[in-house]
Amino acid sequence: MSLHKTYTKQFILLLILVVILFFLNISFGSVSIPFKDIFAVFIGDETIKESWQTIILNFRLPKAITAMLVGSGLSISGLLMQTLFRNPLAGPFVLGISSGASLGVALLILGTSFFGSFTFLTYTNWSIAIASSLGSFLVLSAVIFAANKVRNTMSILIIGLMFGSFTAAIISVLSYFSEAQQIQQYVFWSFGSLGNLSWDELSIFILIYLLGFAGVFAIIKPLNSFLLGEKYAKSLGINIKQSRIIILVITSLLTGVITAFSGPIAFIGLAVPHIAKLIFTTSNHKILIPATAITGAIVLLICDIIAQVPTSEYTLPINAITSLFGAPVVIWLLIRKKKLYV
Amino acid sequence: MNNAKKHIVLETKNLTIGYQQKKVKKIIASDVNISVEKGKFVALIGKNGIGKSTLIRTVSKVQHQLSGTVFLNKKELSTYTNKELATNLSLVLTERLPESQLTVFELIALGRQPYTNWVDKLSENDLKKINKAIQLTEVGHLKESRFYELSDGQLQRVLIARALAQDTDVIILDEPTAHLDMHHTFKIFQLLKNLVDTTQKTIIISTHQINLAIEIVDELIIMNSNEVINGDKNELIAQNKLENLFPEEILTFNKKLQQFTISKNN
Repeated sequence: MSLHKTYTKQFILLLILVVILFFLNISFGSVSIPFKDIFAVFIGDETIKESWQTIILNFRLPKAITAMLVGSGLSISGLLMQTLFRNPLAGPFVLGISSGASLGVALLILGTSFFGSFTFLTYTNWSIAIASSLGSFLVLSAVIFAANKVRNTMSILIIGLMFGSFTAAIISVLSYFSEAQQIQQYVFWSFGSLGNLSWDELSIFILIYLLGFAGVFAIIKPLNSFLLGEKYAKSLGINIKQSRIIILVITSLLTGVITAFSGPIAFIGLAVPHIAKLIFTTSNHKILIPATAITGAIVLLICDIIAQVPTSEYTLPINAITSLFGAPVVIWLLIRKKKLYV
Repeated sequence: MNNAKKHIVLETKNLTIGYQQKKVKKIIASDVNISVEKGKFVALIGKNGIGKSTLIRTVSKVQHQLSGTVFLNKKELSTYTNKELATNLSLVLTERLPESQLTVFELIALGRQPYTNWVDKLSENDLKKINKAIQLTEVGHLKESRFYELSDGQLQRVLIARALAQDTDVIILDEPTAHLDMHHTFKIFQLLKNLVDTTQKTIIISTHQINLAIEIVDELIIMNSNEVINGDKNELIAQNKLENLFPEEILTFNKKLQQFTISKNN
């Protein structure tokens, strides 16, 4: 929209940061690998220690890519929700997607106490991913169905929150009747995890991610018009209901696949769009969408580096780091700038 | 009435407006037959709660009529697609804008959305229309400001500029001077009058500034509880059509002054 400002400088700086963090992320871990050896492995140098090659190519590279996808995907979903609901507190999980996913996984892991004979599945990445996707899909279908019935966009927000409480209650009941070991397994899933993805799983992840990401660019125009409110958007020729459904479907696709493979990762979707809005000081989605995506990738790469606790053998749960690290950042931004925008 | 040589842009035929709640119809006004010519400045007046907003929402397709028809540029309103309507009718609403970081220029540029491509790229022509709108509403010095930094009077001019940039035959404004003082209220009326004169667009406003409206606008749409009438303001005054607008004991219409005044015996 704007002609006057160019954002090239910010974009270049952030892209450089992504590249640096990407290599830092790969270099850190329980075994520290120097940069030059990482490059050597990437260009196919066979003289590097074989164990390092395996670590880099089969563990750390997929994990770094996952971190970038999760970070950017959740952030974009958050941006879409904030614009759709014109509420700076909205995030990707307001639609009950994470609660749906949690319910699916809870039924798989905790449900054995109830339906023991039915759980022939073992807890592989795939079965958890499927349970989680099914859960998000069911809850999301319910929310979209409700969204079609109600006129007011704010009602959708509340309906999403209600679904969240409802599923949380079911999970509580399930936990109450479960064995300690199963509860532990569930809790571990809810910590979130960026690793453990094989290249096969990652390629499915990337495929769905790209599908959602392409969709985002198709709705730049309705997103910008939503900045004036729904009545103005309609008077500008936007089909409100259709745009709303497209936004919901894209968000659910992105957050659904992310939650399925990495667990419910909190906070990123809410906070990163605000960081991007503060850096770029614009509300134009043509700028904000790529800006939010890059910022999200950066933030999650950083969080993952912290979670590795460099130079130690511990790995902290990513879900705790995102909030530990993110909450103070947003509080600081708010105190400094005093205002959050849609 | 001789309609042959008049260019009617907005017309209603036996229109009934109101709400449909389940199976109960709540009728706000019926038998509404109004017609508005191109290039006129029209004020919709009536007391609070009489249904001005409902009428505005109905003729701008925000809300459905209970029966009857609305014609916009000779075409039935119900047959317009959203996009087609957006190139024929633009709105200035009273509701607050959501908090965002839009600049004044970006806000006005959003008026070009019905014409831009899928990534909202502004063409030469779009820029020309935007700059024209900025120039007509004299908001050039505000271009780079964020809209939330503006005073109510400035913001109203910017919203009018946005509607102008949308380049429609008809612009409808819902109480454009609701939050403004006397000075800025007058300036907005003056601006709208000038726009009608220079652009030949039709501008319809709903307003409670009746005295000012009578002085400045060309035509009135008067909503009373039993009828909705429209026409040239002088004709309507001559026909004593303003007398019933408010309960008589407090305000009366003074024909000589062409103003509402406080009743003497009060």
